[in-house]
Amino acid sequence: MKTKRSKPGRRAFLGMGLAAAAAGGVTTACSRRAGAGGRAWRFFTGEEARTVEAICARFIPSDDAPGAKEAGVLNYIDIQLTKAFKRHQETYRKGIAAIDAASRSAHQKSFAALAEDEQDEILAEAEEKQPAFFNLVLDHTMQGFYGDPRHGGNRGMVSWKMLGLPFPPVRGRMHYPAAEGKRT
Amino acid sequence: MALKKVNAVIVGAGAGGGVVAKELATAGLSVVMLERGRWHSAAEFRKDDLHNQRNSILGAAFGPDDRSPRVLVDNSGEHVVYPSDGGYSNNAACVGGGTFSYGAQAWRFMEKDFRMRSTYGAVEGSTLDDWPISYDDLEPYYEKAEWEMGVSGDDSANPFKAPRRKPLPMPPLSPTKEYTILQPAARRLGLHPFDIPMLRNSVPYNGRRSCMRCRWCVGFACEVNARTGTHNTVIPAALATGNCELRTGCMTKEVLLDGRGRATGVAYFDASGHLQEQPADLVIICGGAIESARLLLNSKHRLFPNGLGNRYDQVGRNLQSHSYTGAAGIFDFETYDDIGPGAGIAICDYNHGNPGLAGGGMLANEFIRLPYQFLGSVPPWVSRWGKEHKDHVRSAFKRTVVVFGPTQEMPVADARVQVDPKVRDYWGIPVARLSGGKHPHTLEIARFLAEKAQAWLKEAGATSTWPRIPGPGLSGGQHQAGTCRMGNDPKTSVVDKDCRIHDVDNVYVIDASVHVTNGGFNPVLTILANAYRASNNLLAAWRGSGVRS
Repeated sequence: MKTKRSKPGRRAFLGMGLAAAAAGGVTTACSRRAGAGGRAWRFFTGEEARTVEAICARFIPSDDAPGAKEAGVLNYIDIQLTKAFKRHQETYRKGIAAIDAASRSAHQKSFAALAEDEQDEILAEAEEKQPAFFNLVLDHTMQGFYGDPRHGGNRGMVSWKMLGLPFPPVRGRMHYPAAEGKRT
Repeated sequence: MALKKVNAVIVGAGAGGGVVAKELATAGLSVVMLERGRWHSAAEFRKDDLHNQRNSILGAAFGPDDRSPRVLVDNSGEHVVYPSDGGYSNNAACVGGGTFSYGAQAWRFMEKDFRMRSTYGAVEGSTLDDWPISYDDLEPYYEKAEWEMGVSGDDSANPFKAPRRKPLPMPPLSPTKEYTILQPAARRLGLHPFDIPMLRNSVPYNGRRSCMRCRWCVGFACEVNARTGTHNTVIPAALATGNCELRTGCMTKEVLLDGRGRATGVAYFDASGHLQEQPADLVIICGGAIESARLLLNSKHRLFPNGLGNRYDQVGRNLQSHSYTGAAGIFDFETYDDIGPGAGIAICDYNHGNPGLAGGGMLANEFIRLPYQFLGSVPPWVSRWGKEHKDHVRSAFKRTVVVFGPTQEMPVADARVQVDPKVRDYWGIPVARLSGGKHPHTLEIARFLAEKAQAWLKEAGATSTWPRIPGPGLSGGQHQAGTCRMGNDPKTSVVDKDCRIHDVDNVYVIDASVHVTNGGFNPVLTILANAYRASNNLLAAWRGSGVRS
C-alpha cells in the first residue's frame, strides 16, 4: 500500500503563472528549457523524449490542424512529471523502455524511427499488454493538447482554435448585454 | 491552553455551517466557526481547465490539499487516495465549502422524497427509510433559503413539484440554444420541461450583480460573484453581527467530552499547526458527510469507545450521493452557443411513479463544457486515439448535447465511512476509510433514466445517442450524504429530528450527513433549508448556556 506522495508544489506553480504574466505570455515561461549540462528536458532523457513525442503524435496526429507534437504535449508531460505527476515517473520510465524493446524486437529500430503504421501496431499491442502505461500517456496527451496552455502544452492554443472556441476564455462580459459596462 | 469559551463552536464553513453561524450569531449567541480551508476569490485563481474543483488533474483548486489523504477500499484492494484522485469523493474545503464552486442548482425535494419507505416499501439489501420530518416541516425553510440567499428560475410549468407558498424571487436566465432545442422536443413527448432553479443571480439581487453567462462555471470561482454560496451571503452576514469569529486553516481533531460524556468543546490544529482547545456550550458539526462522520468516529471516550454517537454502529453508514445517469447525442447542426452556465432546462416527469422502480431522478441538460471536459462525451464507438478521435472531437464539439441527472440512490449500510487503523493525515489524525458500493436497484433506475434521456435527445433531432450509466462503485463526491442519519430510533439513526445526536444533548450534526435519503435532485437547497430549520429549533430550546432537553 502506497502511503506517501510528495506535494505538487502549488505555490511554485502559482509563482510560475505570475512570472509568465510578467513575461507577457504563458507559453514563454513554459517552453522548453535548455538546462545546465546540456539536458533539454526536466525528466526525460533525449531518447525517452523522442519515444514519448512519437507516441503522442500517434494519439493526436497532425493533419491540416496541428497535432500533439506541434502543440508541445511532450513539454506538458515533462513538466508535470516533475510536479503533479511525480508519482508516475516509474510508470513512464519502464513503459517507455517496454515500448522501445517491443519496437526493436519487431523491427530492429527504436519506436521513434518506425513508420506510422508500424508505430500504430506497437501501440495497439501496448493497449492490451501495458494498459496502465498506455492509458496514462493517453490521458496526459489529451490534457496537454486540449488543456490550458499555461501548463506547457496546447502551444498557441492550437486545439481551441481547431474547435473554433474564441478567446479570451472568460468571455461572458463581451456578449451578454446585462454584463456590459459595469466593470471598473 | 483553552481559549475563551463561546456558546457554539461550528466545525466547517460550508452549506450547513454557514447558515447555522448566521442564524445563531444573529440571535446573539457567541460563535466560533472553524474551517480547515481558507477564503478564495476569482481574482486569485485564473480559469484553469486542469486545475479546478471539477477537473482536479493538477490539483483541487479549492481544497483540500494532499495533507488530507483517505483510504479507499474497492475490488482491487486498499488504496491511499488524494483529493485529485477519482475515488477520493472530494468536496471543496474552503470558506463556502461546496457552494463556492458548485453548479448551484437549487432544488426542493418532492414530498415522496421524504417518505421513500412508505411510498415504495422495503427494498431488499437497502436501508431505505422515511425521514422523521416531512416536506411540510421543511417548506418554510426552503422558502427562507430561496429568498434570503437568492434563487432564480421558474418551476411554475412543473406539475410534479411539491406545493410552494411563494414563487422564486428571480426570473430564469434567458434560454440557451440547447434549451430551445430541448424544450419543444420534451413537449412533443408529453413531458413537462421548465427552468432549473439556481442559486445564481439572473438579475442584481442582495447587492450582488447578475450572471455574465461565461464559459467557466462549475468548478471555478465566479468571476462576477453572481453565483450564490454561503461565502457571499450568510457567512458575511454572520461575521457582520460581531458575534461570530471565523478561523480558517483550522483542522478539527476531536470533540472534547467531560467525565459524564457531555461535550465541552473541540480540539483543533490552528493555521500554524498548534493544538488548540475551543470550549463551547454547543458543538455543531458541519463538515460534510465524510468528514463529519470521521470527526465523530475520532472522538472517543470511556462512554463512547467506538466514537461519539456511535453506540449502535450507525455513524458513517449509508454513505450515498447521486448516480449521475443520462445520455449524450450528436446533432447534424450546431447546438453549442458558448453561453453559460449551460444547464437551464429540466424535467421531473421521472422522479417518481416509474413502473417497478423505487424512485427515479430529475433530468436536465449538462453545464457548459470546456474542450478537455468534452472528451468524456465522445461516444464509445469512436476510437480512443488517433485521427478518428481527433476528427470526432473537431467535428462534434459544437454538435453534442448531454442530458443527465442525479438518480436517487437506495442507501446501503455497507457503503460507509470508517476511520483507518493505520493511515493518518498531516496532523496525525486517523483518516477516513471509504468502502462499499451502489445498490443494484440504483443501477436499474439509472438504466431506465438513461433510456428516457436518449428518447428526449432523439426527439430533439439527435442523429445518434448513447447512454451514460454509472459504474457499481461507491458513490460520494460533492453530493455526499447519509452518514449520520436523522431518525427517531437511536438504534438505526445517529441524530434526532432536530439534528442533535442521540447520545449527547449538546452535540449537533447539521449538514447532508443527516439526510435519510438524498432525493433525485442536487441536495444543496435541502441542506440549507434543513440548517435553517435545525437552527430555528435549536434557538427555540436555547436557555443561555445550553439547550433545554
